[in-house]
Amino acid sequence: MSAYDQICLARDKDRPTAAAFIDAVFDGFFELHGDRLYGDDPAIIGGLARLSGRPVTVIATEKGVGTKEKIARNFGSANPEGYRKALRLMKQAEKFHRPVICLIDTAGAYCGVGAEERGQGSAIAANIMEMSALRTPVISLFIGEGGSGGALALAVADRIWLLQNAVYSVISPEGAASIIWKDASLVREAAEALGLVSADLFRLGAADRVFAEPSPGQSFAPLYQELRRALSEEMDRLTGLPVDALLQERYEKFRKFGRM
Amino acid sequence: MLKKSLFIKPNIALEGRRNDAAPALTPCPQCRRRLTAGEKEENLQVCPLCGYHFRIGARKRIAMLADADSFRELDGDLTACDRLHFPQYEEKLDAARKASGEKEAVISGVCAIQETPCALFAMEADFMMGSMSPTVGEKITRLFEYAAANALPVIGVTVSGGARVQEGILSLMQMAKTSAAVRRHSDAGLFYGVLLTHPTTGGVTASFAMEGDVILAEPGALIGFAGPRVIEQTLRQKLPQGFQKAEFLLKKGFVDAIVPRQRQKEVVGELLRLHSENGLARGKEA
Repeated sequence: MSAYDQICLARDKDRPTAAAFIDAVFDGFFELHGDRLYGDDPAIIGGLARLSGRPVTVIATEKGVGTKEKIARNFGSANPEGYRKALRLMKQAEKFHRPVICLIDTAGAYCGVGAEERGQGSAIAANIMEMSALRTPVISLFIGEGGSGGALALAVADRIWLLQNAVYSVISPEGAASIIWKDASLVREAAEALGLVSADLFRLGAADRVFAEPSPGQSFAPLYQELRRALSEEMDRLTGLPVDALLQERYEKFRKFGRM
Repeated sequence: MLKKSLFIKPNIALEGRRNDAAPALTPCPQCRRRLTAGEKEENLQVCPLCGYHFRIGARKRIAMLADADSFRELDGDLTACDRLHFPQYEEKLDAARKASGEKEAVISGVCAIQETPCALFAMEADFMMGSMSPTVGEKITRLFEYAAANALPVIGVTVSGGARVQEGILSLMQMAKTSAAVRRHSDAGLFYGVLLTHPTTGGVTASFAMEGDVILAEPGALIGFAGPRVIEQTLRQKLPQGFQKAEFLLKKGFVDAIVPRQRQKEVVGELLRLHSENGLARGKEA
């Protein structure tokens, strides 16, 4: 399958969104709203849940199901309030020694006038910097699209996992084709060159683990079960580490990219 | 009958002849005043009439901020490379090396600014618009690590179009890598002051540009996450005048102060002094 075909799968409108994963993988999700500064961004959902009995904080970008909800959730593209809500919930998790699980499926942070006015860059930078030192384990799972800084703002994690058809990229192939070659029709070439599919990301060290997906049209139920088991086991491991060792490993995890 | 005076031969020398003698003039993009190279140079590449700040290179920035002969470059041997074998990237790197005379889009080192020792980095717009590659991220990370190990404050000057597309996910990861290093430097109680210059956008805005203890900006600098063209294309609407300019960010609360080039060394020098003295210690007697 070509890189571009894989992106189309990641973007497929019938692909389960984060809410379906939360429902199936965790128990008793209780949503918490608002950034305590300005508003509540429906593009990011977050709250408390149990993972095989263990209390955890779950944060996810949510694209919505059906036109009406998709519009209400801004198609999963968050404004600064979304990132600030995420950070608030992460700091809360740190305080109460709860692990954090982020589910990522976003074309990217929203590019709008209001988003800029309210400091989109500043909000993402704050998340990235704070996550690098968050004193509790974090696993980020890419379930669909992983659009650049808007995805990274939820992915400075101890483990970065991808579903087989999830993608993660510095820029969309459409954006890359028009910026580099000034020709939007070269989107397939750009998709190949960017190395954004799960196999490339694993090879480049940007993904720690890739989960096989059921063939198109098949139920995700077995995958949900596998994710529940894998997340539980990994959290057992990560919570067993002294926090300073965990943070040192996290630092090294990102330090290695482009080490010279 | 037409007046004869209408047909007087204009008293203008022919182009070729005039250019031999007169110095090259650059029109100011803001007020159109034609400036000589000497005039620009004397005024730190700022238009003396309207205050327009011309873009300047990283070496010039360093010369303007650092005390004379105090700058010692670090990691000057680190060079851009094509890690993903991205089509036509090698050619672009060659062109960027020629255009800038540099090996990458950032210069880093240690220096003194008004006699306070500090670590300093300046990004280079002539090298692929200051885009952040893994090598750029490596140099900045190493500088923060060096500064943390040596208890030095860091001063940074940003100019960047964002993460470098040709190095894909490896460029994106530099946002996390540099931010983690900034955080460690910060946790050591050390000062980081950043000066945002035109333009600072994308992945650099969404990482170390916005992570300073004090964030300064040059007048008129465009500072944003999404570039104005991206927003216009996404929303299909014209953006308001002054949107994403330094003055706009000041008003919205995202920069601490706008500092014209003539005052930058003095302001940075004073900030470094303010952060090197212990304000909790008993005050000196007058």
